[in-house]
Amino acid sequence: MAGQPIRKPTRLEPWQDAGQAPYVRIEKVTKTFGDFVAVDEVSLSIYRNEFFALLGGSGSGKTTLLRMLAGFEQPTEGRIFIDGVDMAGIPPYERPVNMMFQSYALFPHMTVEQNVAFGLKQDNVPKAEIRDRVAEMLGMVQLSAFGKRRPHQLSGGQRQRVALARSLVKRPKLLLLDEPLGALDKKLREKTQFELVNIQEKLGVTFIVVTHDQEEAMTMSSRIAVMNHGVIAQVGTPTEIYEYPHSRFVAEFIGSINMFEGRVVEASGDHVLVASEEAGCELHISHATPAPAGSPVAVAIRPEKIALSKEPPPSADGAAGRNATKGVVREIAYLGDVSIYLVELPTGKTVRVTAPNVTRRTEMPITWEDEVYLSWRPFAGVVLAQ
Amino acid sequence: MRAVVSVLAAVLGRIGLWGRGVVVAIPFLWLMLFFLVPFLIVFGISFSESIIAQPPYAPLVEWLTDEDAGTNKLQILLNLTNYLRLTGDDLYILAYLNSVKIALVTTLMCLAIGYPMAYAIAKAPPARRGPLMMLVILPFWTSFLIRIYAWIGILKGNGVISNFLEWTGLTSGPVEILYSDWAVYIGMTYCYLPFMVLPLYSTLEKMDPTLLEAAADLGCRPFKAFLKVTLPLSLPGIVAGSLLVFIPAVGEFVTPELLGGPDTLMIGRVLWNEFFANRDWPVASAVAIALLLVLVVPIMIFQHVQGREAEGR
Amino acid sequence: MKRFGFLAWALWFGYAFLYVPIALLVIYSFNESRLVTVWGGFSTKWYGELLNNEALLSAAGLSLQVAAVSATLAVVLGTCAGMALTRFGRFRGRTLFGGMITAPLVMPEVITGLSLLLLFVALEQLIGWPDGRGVTTITIAHTTFTASYVAVVVQSRLAGMDGSLEEAAMDLGARPAKVFFVITLPIIAPALVAGWLLAFTLSLDDVVVASFVSGPGSTTLPMVIFSSVKFGISPQINALATLMVLVVALGILVASVVMARQDRQRKRDEQMALQTG
Repeated sequence: MAGQPIRKPTRLEPWQDAGQAPYVRIEKVTKTFGDFVAVDEVSLSIYRNEFFALLGGSGSGKTTLLRMLAGFEQPTEGRIFIDGVDMAGIPPYERPVNMMFQSYALFPHMTVEQNVAFGLKQDNVPKAEIRDRVAEMLGMVQLSAFGKRRPHQLSGGQRQRVALARSLVKRPKLLLLDEPLGALDKKLREKTQFELVNIQEKLGVTFIVVTHDQEEAMTMSSRIAVMNHGVIAQVGTPTEIYEYPHSRFVAEFIGSINMFEGRVVEASGDHVLVASEEAGCELHISHATPAPAGSPVAVAIRPEKIALSKEPPPSADGAAGRNATKGVVREIAYLGDVSIYLVELPTGKTVRVTAPNVTRRTEMPITWEDEVYLSWRPFAGVVLAQ
Repeated sequence: MRAVVSVLAAVLGRIGLWGRGVVVAIPFLWLMLFFLVPFLIVFGISFSESIIAQPPYAPLVEWLTDEDAGTNKLQILLNLTNYLRLTGDDLYILAYLNSVKIALVTTLMCLAIGYPMAYAIAKAPPARRGPLMMLVILPFWTSFLIRIYAWIGILKGNGVISNFLEWTGLTSGPVEILYSDWAVYIGMTYCYLPFMVLPLYSTLEKMDPTLLEAAADLGCRPFKAFLKVTLPLSLPGIVAGSLLVFIPAVGEFVTPELLGGPDTLMIGRVLWNEFFANRDWPVASAVAIALLLVLVVPIMIFQHVQGREAEGR
Repeated sequence: MKRFGFLAWALWFGYAFLYVPIALLVIYSFNESRLVTVWGGFSTKWYGELLNNEALLSAAGLSLQVAAVSATLAVVLGTCAGMALTRFGRFRGRTLFGGMITAPLVMPEVITGLSLLLLFVALEQLIGWPDGRGVTTITIAHTTFTASYVAVVVQSRLAGMDGSLEEAAMDLGARPAKVFFVITLPIIAPALVAGWLLAFTLSLDDVVVASFVSGPGSTTLPMVIFSSVKFGISPQINALATLMVLVVALGILVASVVMARQDRQRKRDEQMALQTG
């Protein structure tokens, strides 16, 4: 590697390294509440220094999984290892992890300082050291001047930072965060996202974040596990999840996407051809799929990867009639930075296309009821087996 | 203080999970001993026979030793005569019917006075609601007996009302309202009014005022909007309040004893007399069991309503 | 000008209904005449007589003692019960437990009194305790039925409290018992005070249960009032009632001043949070 003109390394990728032992290992963990299966045979490995997101809707089991890591719930089946130690039967107050709660759970009858010092007091840390470490943490979250205040005398953003300081003051190796930005307004949320990432990198703590906000998960995390009905639908980096979803659920959960039903006509090592009546053309995808010729599949294409034009596009891959179709513009939504077009194909299928508004207030080259051509490159599509 | 707490915490910490068992066990055992067991004893003695002894009832369970056969026999005597007496004697049946009647009238009177009050308070400006509710609850903190006593001075012949009526010339002589069913209605309504207003207020206060605006916007006149929107939505409060008044009113003893006449029969009074005047413990126990039977249905409705409220939260 | 409508009339009627009897009670306590309803001039002689009424004063002392002890015991029992019902999830016997907590709330007093008396009699026969009936039995009886009220108050406070506060303390290394004393107890303290006051008042107010389980020589204040009221009205009772109303009114006054001050403080704090946000 030395000597090469390389980019600044953005992130470690320990999960690629076979020699790395996972810091948190979740093995076939199942949790049931009565008849309800909240978490269903989940296995996961999370490595040191990761910023790992558990992403899913309500009832997907993400919070239950987090609470099992913290020790508030015991798995019905399966085992959890943290740093190689089996956590079965270990109560929350003896685990090497700390948690930041969705409600922040700041003790209302204690000052900010007392809140942050609480965890250290439980470990009988000497008084002088408690004072120093509390001051240091409050400095880090820029609340040094607020130590004597009570939680209800703080704004929402300040409370969030006290909660963060309190959960980090014991220097845990693993921090669990339950919807850490859920209670903040949009502006503050964006600002805090970056602060969280900075603190995580500075302290070298492993973060596991539960969130229902895909944008939050995409911006902050090194890897994301998408959960649905207690099962992990896919684990991967934000790019992998977005660009190469493994299933319809993941494809539709993250961002918006167009789905074309079809049948594989040709499958080889480096490309796939799918015939789709719905799309009105043959789809050429430049990656392999395990689906054999003749099997029904869906092809997913992101709206921003489709080009709109009034003129017939130059054939994208040489063969005519591939990755190009025609339709009528039915709706246009101007969002400022981009516009969304809903184009109706002759088959009745509506396709969503987003295009950046590069120029200012053009005379709208494409408008309602225009007949337009849609085209995309072979790398744009993803084949999803039924 | 802080040191004591932390020492206490340390000690309890050693007990660990064991401590959890203790926390449940203390109230559990207490209630078993002083609530459940006494109740079972009442149930048992209601099948016993009154005898002149100390205590004045025949034992239910006896070991009979048969000298000849050399065997021991356990004999359990269940005596239904007490219950037969309850169903056979007009006194008891009248007392039951009268108790239910008085409780019903009290409930309706509380509703008639309490609903407009609760509604008016719920519609008052938010800052004024707290003090107004406080004024409703305040009399509850003064002694129950004192409040009943206050009405004696008002209702008796030559009392405040009587004197007032004489002064206005509406009546020529003293009017005696005391020692009648009406005195009991008034006294009980007075005592139980806060129990009606509280749940009514809490449902009416929670009601979204835009619902009435929506009704008005859709062409509904205020009175009709009240009938069609407010009243149905406050039904849980009406049911809860009515039961909170009805249930204790059925078993009431003090009010009919002090304000009612000798013919104002109520079960609570009958029980008291059987016990203290007649010293017939078995019949008193049977009356107690029968009183509970009257209350089972309203209590179950109450539990059901409370359960639904708890779920809704 | 707002129309003085039906609702306002109803409200005023309601308050008049609630307070006129109490007001009359107070006024006639200063009546010179023994005939309570005939005004015979201003006098405070009934207060003097009240303060010389040994039987009544000793009954009042006994009642206060019983009320204080039973309210304290009831708070301990009620807090344990409230914790068990809101924090321990499912355990064996929970349904029975919950039933036993709420049942005393709806149980007619005559039945509570009768059943406890029968228990005490049976216990005395079996193990020789309690030896006769008196202060101890009254205290036990009052503790039993007031504990349910305390349990309900504590339970609703606990249910309204953010459960993650306790989890956070545990997560930061505090053991369950410590969590209870350092986090839970300070937060539910107002409910405990309210529960104690409620239990104290209920105990001080009870005549029926006490009549069943008291013995010779242990007459509570309500029992004295009850028997004297049964024989007709007496200006001394008016004087006593006035003193009771005075104590309650003072208590409420102090409480509302304290609450108003806290309210102002809270508003100021919120203002502060907004400014620095």
